[in-house]
Parts: sequence; C-alpha cells; structure tokens
Amino acid sequence: MRTLLTMLGIVIGVAAVILTVAVGYGAQARIREQVLSLGTNLLVITAGAATQAGVSLGAQTFNRLTVADADKLSREGTTFSGVSPVTMTRAQIVGGVGNWRAPINGVSTAYQTIREWPMTAGTFFGDDDLRARRKVAVLGKTVADNLFPGVDPVGQEVRLRNEPFTIVGVLSAKGQTAGGADQDDVILVPYTTAQARLSGTTFIGQIIASATSAADIPAAQEEIRAILRESHRLTADELDDFTVRNQSDLAQAAQSTTQVMSALLAAIASISLVVGGIGIMNIMLVSVTERTREIGIRLAVGARGSDVLTQFLAESVAMSLLGGLFGLALGFVGAALLGRLTGWSTATPPGAVAVAVAFSAAVGVFFGWYPARKAARLDPIEALRHD
Amino acid sequence: MSDAAATPQAVIRIERVTKIYHTGQTRVRALRGVDLTVEPGEMIALMGASGSGKSTLLNIIGCLDTPTSGSYWLDGRRVDQLDRNQLADLRNRKLGFVFQGFNLLSRTSALENVELPLLYDRSGRHGDTRALASQALQRVGLDDRRDHEPNELSGGQQQRVAIARALVTQPSLVLADEPTGNLDSAASAEIMALFQNLNDQGITLVVVTHDPDVAQYAKRLIELRDGRVIRDQPVSQRHRATQDRRELRDTETLLPV
Repeated sequence: MRTLLTMLGIVIGVAAVILTVAVGYGAQARIREQVLSLGTNLLVITAGAATQAGVSLGAQTFNRLTVADADKLSREGTTFSGVSPVTMTRAQIVGGVGNWRAPINGVSTAYQTIREWPMTAGTFFGDDDLRARRKVAVLGKTVADNLFPGVDPVGQEVRLRNEPFTIVGVLSAKGQTAGGADQDDVILVPYTTAQARLSGTTFIGQIIASATSAADIPAAQEEIRAILRESHRLTADELDDFTVRNQSDLAQAAQSTTQVMSALLAAIASISLVVGGIGIMNIMLVSVTERTREIGIRLAVGARGSDVLTQFLAESVAMSLLGGLFGLALGFVGAALLGRLTGWSTATPPGAVAVAVAFSAAVGVFFGWYPARKAARLDPIEALRHD
Repeated sequence: MSDAAATPQAVIRIERVTKIYHTGQTRVRALRGVDLTVEPGEMIALMGASGSGKSTLLNIIGCLDTPTSGSYWLDGRRVDQLDRNQLADLRNRKLGFVFQGFNLLSRTSALENVELPLLYDRSGRHGDTRALASQALQRVGLDDRRDHEPNELSGGQQQRVAIARALVTQPSLVLADEPTGNLDSAASAEIMALFQNLNDQGITLVVVTHDPDVAQYAKRLIELRDGRVIRDQPVSQRHRATQDRRELRDTETLLPV
C-alpha cells in the first residue's frame, strides 16, 4: 500500500510528461500538416518593407504590388508557375438564409492550383470570367454551411456590397491555419471583378505563386525578387519594397513557438517527477530503518556492503520503473482521451517512451542512492542489535 | 608469528587481543589482553556476566569487529587487519552464526532463509544452492517445514532453521550467541542436543551463554570477567542433552497426573 502510494508520485510525473509531450508533439505535427495544406511550394509575396532615411518602416508600408507585377511574374517566371494576385476586402455577404461576414479574396484562376484546393460542388471560375469581370463567386465551406445549410448553393446568388454575385462553386474544407484562422471562411471572386466592384483600387495585397518543386523554392524566391526589383525600377542601393516568404519560414516561426511552449510544459511536468523521486527517497529511508535487522542478518552471513547497496538500489529502481510504466500507460490513455474530448491532435513520438522509461529508472537510481548507501554502511553489530 | 605456522590446524588462535571503545570522552576497555586457542572439534561454552567482554570477544571471533591490538588467526589465516569486504567474505566462507533472537528473514520460507548465505558466496564453490539448503534442513530435521515462514514455526523450530543456515556453507566454526535465551527448557534441550550431535560429527562450536546448565553441555568452559579470561577448564561432568530431553519429556507427561 505504502509502496503503491509512493509509486503514484512517479506514475503522475511520467503521465504528465507523456501527456504534455503528446500535446506538444501533436500540435507540431498539426502545424506541419496545416502549412502543407496552404499548398505545397507556396510562395507569398507581400508589399512593403520601405525604408525612409535609413529607418525601416516594416512590411506593407506601401502597397506597391500591382496586377502588372503579377502579369510580369507569370510571363517571365521559370522556376515557379501559377501566379495569382490576391486582393483582400471584407464585406457583409447577404444571401441564402441570412447574412455573414467573411474575407472576400479577389484571385485569378491559378489560385486553385497553387493552393491545391479541390471543389466539393460546381467549378472554379474561368479565364473568361476574369476577363469579363463577371460577378461570380466561389464559396469556402464555412460560408456555404452558414448561408446555405443543407442546400446546394451552386447557381444561387449572394449580394456583396449590394452587387449580386452568382455562386459557381464550393471549395472543400481545408481546416484551420497554424495561427488558428479558419481557411474555409472565405469567398473567392475574380480579382478583376473585385478591383472594379469591391475595392476600387488597382493595388493588390499579395501575390501567391507556386515553385515548380520544393528544391526550387530558394531559386524561385530569388527569381521573383529579381523580376519585381526590375518591375519596381529599384536601383542597386535600394532595398526591396516587398517580401517573398515561403511556407517553411511560416512553419518554422509557428513551430518554434509551440516548441517553446511544449518544452515549458514538459519542464513543469518533470517537476512532479522530481517530487515523485523525493517520495521514493523518503520511503526508502523509512524502509532502511525498518529493515535494519534484516540488513544486519545479511551482513552477518557474508553480504558485502555492495550487495546491500545493490539490493536497495534495485528496489527503488523497480519501484520507479514500475511507476514509470504505469505512468506511461496512463499518459497514453490520457492523451487519447484528451484528444477525443478537446479535438486537439495528440501524438507521442516513439522516442518519448524510451526516454520516459530511462528517466524513471534514473530517478530510482538518483533518489535511491542515498538510502541504499546508508544501508550498505551500517555496522553489522549495531544492525543486529536494532529492534 | 612462528607459532602460528606451528599450529595451523587451530580453528581460533587469539593472542593478547584488546578492544577499547571510545564513547564520547570515556574509554571502555572491553578486552584487556585475551589469549585463546580453539582446536577443531571442540565445543566451548563462553561464559561471563554482562560487561565481562564476552560479546566483544564473540564479535571479534565472528569477524564482525576487529581488535584494537593483538593478533587473531582464523583457520590459520591472520584476520585482524582485514577490511570490511574481506571480513564479509570470511564470515560467508568460514563462519556460521546462531543468534538468541533467531534472526530469520520474515516473510521468507525456511528453505530460502537457509539458502541466503549461499547467495552471497563469491567463490562459486557451491553448486545447486537449493539442494544444499534442503540438505542442511534435513540435517536439523526440518525438511518437512521447508516452505513454512518463520511466523509459522515454533521458537525451537526457528532456531533449528537458523542452525541450518549456519551449517549450509560448511563453515570451520559455528558461533552461537545465547542460542537458548528465548526458548523454554524443552526447546533448549532440543537445541543443545542438536549442537552436541553436530559437534559429534566434527563441527567446532563456540556457545556464548550465561546459563550454567547450558554450559554443562559443552566440552570446555571459558569464563570472562572484566575483559580477561579468569577460567579455562574442561567440563568435568558433561551432560548429554538427549538424555535431559528424555527426562524432561517424562516429567512433562507426569505433571498433569
């Protein structure tokens, strides 16, 4: 009973570590997945990073990306394909069963290919829609579900800024971004239409492009830089007035955040492991005192100090190891349960199991050492006299 | 030193052994120069009042303690300068202990208790430790109790398990510290009969006791007082414990009548 209670400390400690590692690892796996869901080899060009008198004004100070830039990129690009401008506005969407507010992105037909985003209903708008500035829209899953619950929205109409748009298609669900934004809460319209009817400017917020392969990403970034510098007529001593990012930058940023978070959580969890270890030390000290006579008997019949040391060390390691295994099981069950209840993805790296087992054994050795050494150094005469 | 080689066959050879304990400021001279030689096959009763130094002497003979000065040869080997590990190995190979309080491991079967010293053997001279333990239990007549734990055995039976444990390594010397101290007279006679029987088979025994009756079962009586040997003589009218046992049994059967 006493042993069980002591083991509980280790059980909880190991379970807590496994649980936090599982949640942290799961989060990282999810981020990787989501970054991939943005579209492989995605390159995002944003305007900005102007410098005035040596002072950087940061990204998107000036909105200097234009449709001309996008056209030039798609004409001249060799290491990347599928260039699409992205204009961004927000407006109230009226239609179906009510109204909804979502970002309205003006994009080109290449957008769907770049983002690798399949349709669930209808089709994406075509080049002729783009040229004719037709008022057509493709709905994200979230928008479709909210405005047209249980109804096929294709062919229906929505009103954006009082302009009627015909719905030609619905995108499949893509889920959340690494930052937690719902990618499906969006309406896509031809950028030409968006500029003419919704935003009223010729500037565009973003250009997205797709590198021809993952290996080409750095080359594509350089090529985009060169083309845009030429297009913006920047001299050699002027800095870029735009930024080209790839998804691995995004992934790294997001991942380093979760790494820090999970490291922090694991550190907190391992404190409980240390507390569990102190519990083991306590119980072992009590055990050595209670079993002094037994130690005396063993010494009298010829046990060396090292034999006694090994025996007590083995007991504390067995205790913590058993606790560690129980904790491991508990951690796995807890992680699975947590995953089911909260919808967080949890995953336990296989190495964590080995580390947890090794660590709990190490706790046993570390905290069992002092009591075991105390037992080994007992004087046999004193120990035999003990009652 | 030269005489050591002259009598290599002596089981115990102790010369001018002293032991001084320091407890705080006071020095206790537990042994003040003891000389003692024990030949193989002897059965010695070591007597003395408490504080006479007999426990100290027993601890030194038993390699549980080392003398402050003087020399000690056990089985021809000088042992008074050995370290803790060497003493432990020596206890394991050469000595068997029987205590007043039995000192068996609780929640451990009789057989496993007897097997215990064999598990600490480093020479690898024992083969099947289970079989040896079983044989030792047979020798004390407790083979049928091999799976019983100490709390399921009577005092006399527990002491016999302890004796089996002392015998299992085939030691040169068996030391018994008040072996009958916790037993009634019938069980005491039983234990002493077993000791005499073992002694007849050639086992050298040193029995510490304060009971003059128990001392009468030995062959030789040594008495200590104030850290010195004051008496060392053969037992004149040695009792046979088997006979006393028979008599005790007779009185017991007579008593209720």
